[in-house]
Amino acid sequence: MSAPNPQTGDALSRDLLGRYGAQLTDRAGHNDEMLAPDGTVKPVWASFIDHLARLTPDELSQRFTRGDQYLRDAGVLYRQYDESLSSEREWPLSHVPVILGEDEWETISAALIERAELLEYVLRDFYGANELVSSGQLPATLISQNPAWLRPMVGVGQHDAHVLNTLSFELGRGPDGKWWVISDLVEAPSTAGFAIENRIAMTRVFPNFFSGANIHRLAGFFKDFQQTLFDLKGRAEGEIALLSPGPMNQNYAEHAYMARYLGLLLVEGEDLIVQDGKAKVRTVAGAKPISLLWSRLPSGMFDPLELNPDSMLGAAGLLQAVRDDTVKTVNMVGAGVLETRALMAFLPKIARARLGRGLAMPNIATWWCGQDSQRDHVLANRDRMVVGDAFSTKPLMADPTTISLGGGLDGPRAERLAKMLQTSGRNLVGQESVTLSTTPTYENGALVPRPMCIRISLGRTSTGWTVMPGGYARISASEDAKALAMQRGGKVADVWVTSPGKVSTPSLLTQGSHAAIRSSTHTILPSRAADNLFWLGRYVERSEQNMRLFRAYFARLSDGAGDRDAMPAYMRARMMGNVAPQPNEMAKKFSEPLAHGLASASRISDRFSPDGMMALRALVQQMQALQNHPVPLDDIPVEISSLLRQITGFAGLVHENMYRSDGWRFLSLGLSLERAAQMCAVLAACTDDGAPFGMLDLALELGDSVVSHRARFLVWANVHSVTTMLGLDPQNPRSVRYHVSRAKEHIAHLPYQDTGHVLTEVARLTLMAETRLAASVTDDLTPAFWTGLRQDIWDISDALNAYYLV
Amino acid sequence: MIFSIRLTITHKYNQPAANSRHLIRVLPKTIPGRQHLTTHVLDIAPEPSARSEAVDFFGNTATRCSHIEQHMMMKIHLASHVEMLPPHAWRDVSPDMPTLHQLWAASTDLSAGSPVHFLGPTPRLAPDTSIVEFANDLMRAGDSVVAHVIRIGKALHDIMTFDSTATSVDTDAAEAFRLKRGVCQDLSHIMIIALQALGIPAAYVSGYLRTLPPKGGVKLEGADAMHAWVRAWCGPSQGWIEYDPTNATLVSTDHIVVGYGRDYSDVSPVSGQLRLSGGQRNSQAVDVAIVT
Repeated sequence: MSAPNPQTGDALSRDLLGRYGAQLTDRAGHNDEMLAPDGTVKPVWASFIDHLARLTPDELSQRFTRGDQYLRDAGVLYRQYDESLSSEREWPLSHVPVILGEDEWETISAALIERAELLEYVLRDFYGANELVSSGQLPATLISQNPAWLRPMVGVGQHDAHVLNTLSFELGRGPDGKWWVISDLVEAPSTAGFAIENRIAMTRVFPNFFSGANIHRLAGFFKDFQQTLFDLKGRAEGEIALLSPGPMNQNYAEHAYMARYLGLLLVEGEDLIVQDGKAKVRTVAGAKPISLLWSRLPSGMFDPLELNPDSMLGAAGLLQAVRDDTVKTVNMVGAGVLETRALMAFLPKIARARLGRGLAMPNIATWWCGQDSQRDHVLANRDRMVVGDAFSTKPLMADPTTISLGGGLDGPRAERLAKMLQTSGRNLVGQESVTLSTTPTYENGALVPRPMCIRISLGRTSTGWTVMPGGYARISASEDAKALAMQRGGKVADVWVTSPGKVSTPSLLTQGSHAAIRSSTHTILPSRAADNLFWLGRYVERSEQNMRLFRAYFARLSDGAGDRDAMPAYMRARMMGNVAPQPNEMAKKFSEPLAHGLASASRISDRFSPDGMMALRALVQQMQALQNHPVPLDDIPVEISSLLRQITGFAGLVHENMYRSDGWRFLSLGLSLERAAQMCAVLAACTDDGAPFGMLDLALELGDSVVSHRARFLVWANVHSVTTMLGLDPQNPRSVRYHVSRAKEHIAHLPYQDTGHVLTEVARLTLMAETRLAASVTDDLTPAFWTGLRQDIWDISDALNAYYLV
Repeated sequence: MIFSIRLTITHKYNQPAANSRHLIRVLPKTIPGRQHLTTHVLDIAPEPSARSEAVDFFGNTATRCSHIEQHMMMKIHLASHVEMLPPHAWRDVSPDMPTLHQLWAASTDLSAGSPVHFLGPTPRLAPDTSIVEFANDLMRAGDSVVAHVIRIGKALHDIMTFDSTATSVDTDAAEAFRLKRGVCQDLSHIMIIALQALGIPAAYVSGYLRTLPPKGGVKLEGADAMHAWVRAWCGPSQGWIEYDPTNATLVSTDHIVVGYGRDYSDVSPVSGQLRLSGGQRNSQAVDVAIVT
């Protein structure tokens, strides 16, 4: 490639910037991140804009696609919740970063560290001496009426060195160019994990630029935080676990990513149990202690026994374990009280009393309407106010109940407002509506200015707070620069902090004390994860078997058979659960198990290979496409064959690529037990005296054994040859015997099995099933034998559940 | 006067339960100058895997227990002696209503007895328009706080019918008020919402009631199970007074306190979490007799 003409590049970027600048209509009313008030590009943006301008629209679109592909492959999706429905859409990455200089970043960092220290002091006081209340700096009802202030935690943690270990802030830049804190994020998603994902995607979009530019890397921050976790855990025996609300939560992808990236055990409430006063994780090898818990649940959900009794997310007794100090937590339980919106009305004063000066970076101007003077101020300045719940821990801009007062509030509505502030003032706050700065985002071939705010994460290390040198920007979908507009969707962007000099490039992949933490996800298999892997195996196998049945059925129809003819009717009655002879109904027999399989897989996405997830998703997508566009009857067998190739590919992937852990054994056990049981059912139906002609061939077809049968027996299929081939043959990977023996082998390798000489119930039942098969003589092998054996196999599955998975 | 208080709570499970964990709040409280728990035995069967006692934020004693092994039934049995001291002389020294509001609004006290914890609402006690209307109709500008508490409690007793079949432990106060029927728990919840609507800090009290009336007296309602009534804050000079809306009476030596809370959930006799596939049946029996 020849070197681009610098003059051409300059002209291109002048053009790009000129068109962008023309859209900045209200120059005085707000600030722009890229352009200075005089219309020149800010120095920290110059080299990036130059790079961008040299790329053709086609090149750009290719690069954007590459970044999006990374996010899709990594399973980063944007989950939305409307009422009870949740939907997923593509992660809305804006491919243009927000760029800030190192100098400005240092000023921001210093201010945020100051705020973090202040919040540490406030939190300790809330659960300790309550001097802020007794000295009159804070109204008592702001605590006593606060649902986020957890009474069972009062007096706890006062001897701990720190009660806050990590938090984030959301900032906006006002019209004067100064930054404001919009929200304190303690329990709310820190989005630190998403910041890393955005960053990796961006390095795919601008690989050449990225390697040359001096952009601060994020890995060092996470490495320090990992060390923090290790220090917090101390010498206590046990795992470090990240407690997530689970895959239905919109931030599950972040939880799973952080757990993987930091080498933590990802758990849900269901995994936890408190025994002998200690928090433990239920694993297939028994309950294992947890020494440090990083909970990403709302605090109120932590323990249904003492907090919200309806919580299905936490575990009963956890709070007592925390109080007894048998388990440490990242941030004290109850730290979410710091997110209380009304607290922002008092923090400036608390800061002055504590620090002897005002906050280096102010928060949004806030007035608590429980005090006469503040309430009067809100009423008098109602045109530039929003009013909302004083105790809400949602960021003001994300809370749908917030009322904007601006714009012609008069007459009866103004009176109603005055009355509401009078009667329920102590439950309300007024906040000044903020005008945000704009930043460029790329739409339809041009840069357009959109309002934005950024989230920045902090972590405490042995030497004090550190600030992630970068962040996560949220970009509004509309041009409205009022902060409130952020709630209506929009995009996210990577935040780059650039340095004039070289930046260091740390990586998490160093050896040392971290190695010990990183191993935990590989050695510990929570029972719930094992259960999901087991069912994933069963569902996928069931789906495959039913696809084969479906294909065989329609192959016979396209050969001229009718639905009511003997064989199709027998198949439906004996092998397809009396399903109605409609393709859609019949297709559910394999589409539903597959959907369940995908659901099981997504519950354990942290331990399942990204390739495996992708293969499953692709399979489900292709299947849905097939269901939405009915194909002619004659084409069904061909279409299903294509699905079958994919599903066998999935099984191969599991077999070839999955690490031989206990998790793999549970997945394989699911596959083997399901296949053995299904084949028993096939044999019972096809060797029945009442079975129509052709059922023995069907059995061979379903068992994918037509060719090997011909090679071995050189005769037409008969009951003896088919039962030998599909029932007893230890070498045929489609036979009952083959899978019962495999199951036996897997079970022999599971934890607990090699202690003592007494077999567990699971091992005993499996050995008996294998022996029944091995010791059978021809006369035994009646349909009743296969039906009985099928029940024996389900008994093995039940015993396995009772032993390992409950 | 010394009472003997016996209580039996039985939980029967349709399917075996395991990994259960309970908080039990049934022990009479010791309140200096008013009641003393002199002796007690609290048996739990089957024998818990772990058991301990703790005092919660509001100063109530809770017994924590857990059962790891499978079991079909849990039985809690309490036998105790409580000495009740004669009541102090009493007169109304409470302020008027606007003064009361100023007094709690200026409070800088977050201790368990502070009125600021009892202003409502709670997750269980949501404001209800018809209860608020009922309370507003009983508001008299010049009257003292104590007069309001008694008036509201009495009025509530008059319009509600005691009915142990109309509501369950999960019925909310608004529903019971609509039915005009319920038990002590419902009446207490309604009264708390009504008092709080007028700005009177109000708390829920759980406890026991003397089973047999003194000579010539009438048998009180709610004595065959654990009882509940209401506590209202009437300013710093008066402090807290207790009123039983089920029996339309100010509380005296016939009422033995177990715990104070914002509503039933803070002081429920047994709260628990367990792995259970079938349903469960609970029963409760109480006997409160005079020893001397």
